[in-house]
Amino acid sequence: MPQAMPSGVGYIYVVSAALFILSLKWMNSPATSRRGVFAGEIGMLLAIAGTFLAFNVHNWTWIAAAFFIGTAAGIPIAYIMPMTAVPQRTALSHACGALAAALVGTAEFYQRQPHAAAELRGFVMVALIIETLLGFLTFTGSLMAMGKLQEVLPQRPITYRNQNFVNFTLFGIAVALAVRLALVPTDTFLFPIFAVLALLFGVLLIIPIGGADMPTVIAILNSYAGLSACAMGFAMDNKLLIIAGALDGSSGLILSIIMCRAMNRSFLNVLFGAFGQIQTRAGHVEKRPVRTATAEEAASILEAAGSVIIVPGYGLAVAHAQHKLRELSDSLSRRGVDVKFAIHPVAGRMPGHMNVLLAEADVPYDRLFEMDEINSEFAQCDVALVIGANDVTNPAARNDKTSPIYGMPILEVDKARTVMVIKRSMSPGFAGIDNELYYMDKTLMLFGDAKAFVTEILKELPARVGA
Amino acid sequence: MRTDLVLGLYVFMLATFVGLEVIRKVSPLLHTPLMSLTNAISAISVVGAILITGAEGATLLSKVLGFIAITSVVTNIVSGFLITDRMVKMFKKRGEGK
Repeated sequence: MPQAMPSGVGYIYVVSAALFILSLKWMNSPATSRRGVFAGEIGMLLAIAGTFLAFNVHNWTWIAAAFFIGTAAGIPIAYIMPMTAVPQRTALSHACGALAAALVGTAEFYQRQPHAAAELRGFVMVALIIETLLGFLTFTGSLMAMGKLQEVLPQRPITYRNQNFVNFTLFGIAVALAVRLALVPTDTFLFPIFAVLALLFGVLLIIPIGGADMPTVIAILNSYAGLSACAMGFAMDNKLLIIAGALDGSSGLILSIIMCRAMNRSFLNVLFGAFGQIQTRAGHVEKRPVRTATAEEAASILEAAGSVIIVPGYGLAVAHAQHKLRELSDSLSRRGVDVKFAIHPVAGRMPGHMNVLLAEADVPYDRLFEMDEINSEFAQCDVALVIGANDVTNPAARNDKTSPIYGMPILEVDKARTVMVIKRSMSPGFAGIDNELYYMDKTLMLFGDAKAFVTEILKELPARVGA
Repeated sequence: MRTDLVLGLYVFMLATFVGLEVIRKVSPLLHTPLMSLTNAISAISVVGAILITGAEGATLLSKVLGFIAITSVVTNIVSGFLITDRMVKMFKKRGEGK
């Protein structure tokens, strides 16, 4: 039995909704972003307090216990979580949000059964079904994404024969049950089957997607989690939920479009393409010669340079080399070298991840440049230093029509006067493709662990100037 | 009932357009904190979870499911806002001190 909304709380919800919009608006610049977070917090507090005050809420022990446990779990998650693990936490929070929507939908479905004829019909039932379907599939899907990011599950796509056929059939059955439930909500025995199918579909949807696509997947799941909250708003006739869900949904949508563009892929291709499994052995046949350099040589080249663009990839974070890299950039800046960082949209494991990792290492954000801003500057720059990045620098994306990454926007590192690549070995990246960049005459390969190598370059630097 | 749906759809449509416009302007630097912030905001579904758990005559099933739902979204609210704040605090300009 949904209570009718008491009039006063409606006004509070309007204020909350406005604060949520302001909160996102203030994320447009790092200078105002803390204010944005604060606005969001106030909006949330108002909405919760308003709900408690205005509605006739029972079962306080249950609610208080849930608030206590949730808070006790949330605080350590926020403070202990290392920045490299933020993508996993984000996937987990998508899972939690989606689970909540699904469970509330389920509870409502059973709670309202005695009044099914009056209350579980028309668009309320449709909204309820969409809420639970999206909620359950996003829940398991996000858990799978989290497993892949945490490397509990294999990063490689898990595939089997007729995969898309099996998935579509399963989804088709779930949708058929959903339609049946929407028409005849009293068929309660169908609901558990529907729920299990939705949960299963979430698993099957994500396991064939490779590790490299996780930034896109997280953004899509973000969108779904928002939409399930939005559907809850429709089912409960609560406009604040509709607004907050729609904001979250559109944010996920924009981020996934940005991620797809950055990899030159379509949504469908990400979801059903099982990228990265076919061409694994393609470029492995011949061993071609590369030029290598020592830390000492690298240091003298960097020191003599007028401008250096550093291109970090996720390998940098794996090697925990962010802080050393910042020291290197500081040290070069002090010597009058112009140092910039070029960030590819998929440099990290989720949208914007690399920026956070570098900000944590105290790299000033006005040194970080997006791909579109900086690509024109490579041609004028003396040294491009690539650390832990591979596919996003591969000129084959521009030149080689047969390459699987052809058309993907890349950082045009190959246009710099000298290119230095710090890399463990010649092994190919996520996409399993050989990188032409490494065989160019102006490219120097610096083989070794990113952190150890940067540390060595640092050691060589002061010895030369004595500063 | 019908006007409620239409009104709801209007709200949804307008909120989506506002969301698309506002989020398009978010600095790409902040896309990770943006995602954790929107996540915390969409945990406003806590309101729905409270209402279902706290309904008069809620069945045991409702209470148990509602309890799990509130626990998971409150985790999202608390960890979402706190970690977003922790992240945006890290973004500093040159010379803005350590």
